Amino acid sequence: MSELRRDLRGGQARLLVVDDNKVNRLLLTRSLELQGHAVASAENGRVALEMLQRESFDLLLLDMEMPEMDGFQVLERLINDRQLRDLPVIVTSSLEGIANVVRCIELGAEDYLSKPVNPVLLKARIGACLEKKHLRDQQKELMRRFATPEVAQDLQDSGFWLGGKLVHASVMFSDIRGFTSLAESQSPEETIELLNTYYALMFDAISGHGGVVTVMMGDGLMSVFGAPMPLPDHAESAVRAAQEMVELIDLFNVDRQAAEKPPIKIGIGIASGEMVAGYTGTNQRATYTCIGDTVNLAARLEAHTKVAQRAILIDQATRSALSERITVEPLGLVPFKGKAAAVDVFSVDSGQKR
Amino acid sequence: MTAQAIDRATFEALKETTGAEFALELVETFLQEAPPMLNELRDALAAKDADKFRRTAHSLKSNSNTFGALTLGAMARELELGGIAIVIESGGQPLEALAQEYSRVRAALTELQHE
Repeated sequence: MSELRRDLRGGQARLLVVDDNKVNRLLLTRSLELQGHAVASAENGRVALEMLQRESFDLLLLDMEMPEMDGFQVLERLINDRQLRDLPVIVTSSLEGIANVVRCIELGAEDYLSKPVNPVLLKARIGACLEKKHLRDQQKELMRRFATPEVAQDLQDSGFWLGGKLVHASVMFSDIRGFTSLAESQSPEETIELLNTYYALMFDAISGHGGVVTVMMGDGLMSVFGAPMPLPDHAESAVRAAQEMVELIDLFNVDRQAAEKPPIKIGIGIASGEMVAGYTGTNQRATYTCIGDTVNLAARLEAHTKVAQRAILIDQATRSALSERITVEPLGLVPFKGKAAAVDVFSVDSGQKR
Repeated sequence: MTAQAIDRATFEALKETTGAEFALELVETFLQEAPPMLNELRDALAAKDADKFRRTAHSLKSNSNTFGALTLGAMARELELGGIAIVIESGGQPLEALAQEYSRVRAALTELQHE
């Protein structure tokens, strides 16, 4: 029944009318219902905010003069609330004076309609507002799907600009060893299925420790810990994520063996230090990424896991930042392509011997 | 004051846009809400509460205009914009005039309800 009701409501917009005056409230609610919207109402700002916390609405119609919490206070609360900031607000008021209109618009109101509200004007403004909201929602949904939640949030907070800033962070590269020959030995469908499971497991471990996957390429992943949001112990978080990744692959291999499939192995390289993080590309197509020596080193360390026959390799800076609870084995100096001096490399106990 | 207590065109427009039945229910709500508002104005005046006075005058103004009680609306608007000081100076006379106009409005609206 409730399912059916929701279906019937379909494209209907949910509106919240806030007005302390009962006549105004009933009248506005009625006009909006006659325009085909689902309407709820609140008699002051405090009640409205409580309702906004509980339910989701597409549009708020807000009176200014109210006891307990007036319209200005509601607008101030909304503008400072991450969840509610994008909720469009149409102010309906009979407050006199252009200064009040200006103040409302400055506080983020979409529009200002004087009371008594002209129904034709109201309909047009609501239509325009809902259309804008719909476009914004679609944009957010796209962003949610194609960017990580952290990057999406960062974009929402500070907007998009090409260019980066210097951050202190840890970068991790990981891939499946011998993936190409594995892919050749099985059907494309099987390979895609394997990749999807692999990605699901790796994403889980990485984001579980505060990391953000910035690049997915074939079976390779690049992730960063400490950007775009700062992470206090980014090196330790990255290493813990790596240990969990290896552990999850071990568990996954038990399943694969049961299905008489060959086990897979992964290699992980982590380096820590300064890097430039930000959006690169063009204004039409851009991606969030990190650039710098630290990033190159992490990639080299990952490649070196095949040579060293270890699952997780880290650099000196990462090692120095680790707590004593993590067991590390020094592998000595390794010369890397593109590096003038040889680099101290450490292997992290992957926790496989549980 | 010889003007109609209720402007018929405004009232008919309200009936047309919201439906006659709803409009009459809304009249009923107004007739319940208006006397407390007049009382609130008197209370605010006695307590010299300028903010409450202005806010109540403001509500009464907007409700009056909804039903086409244009004279009542204009009087309430004067109270809203003029503020409590003028009413105190004139010994509360504007409030009595307001109450009288409301009686005319109530009578006219009650008549409309039974049309």
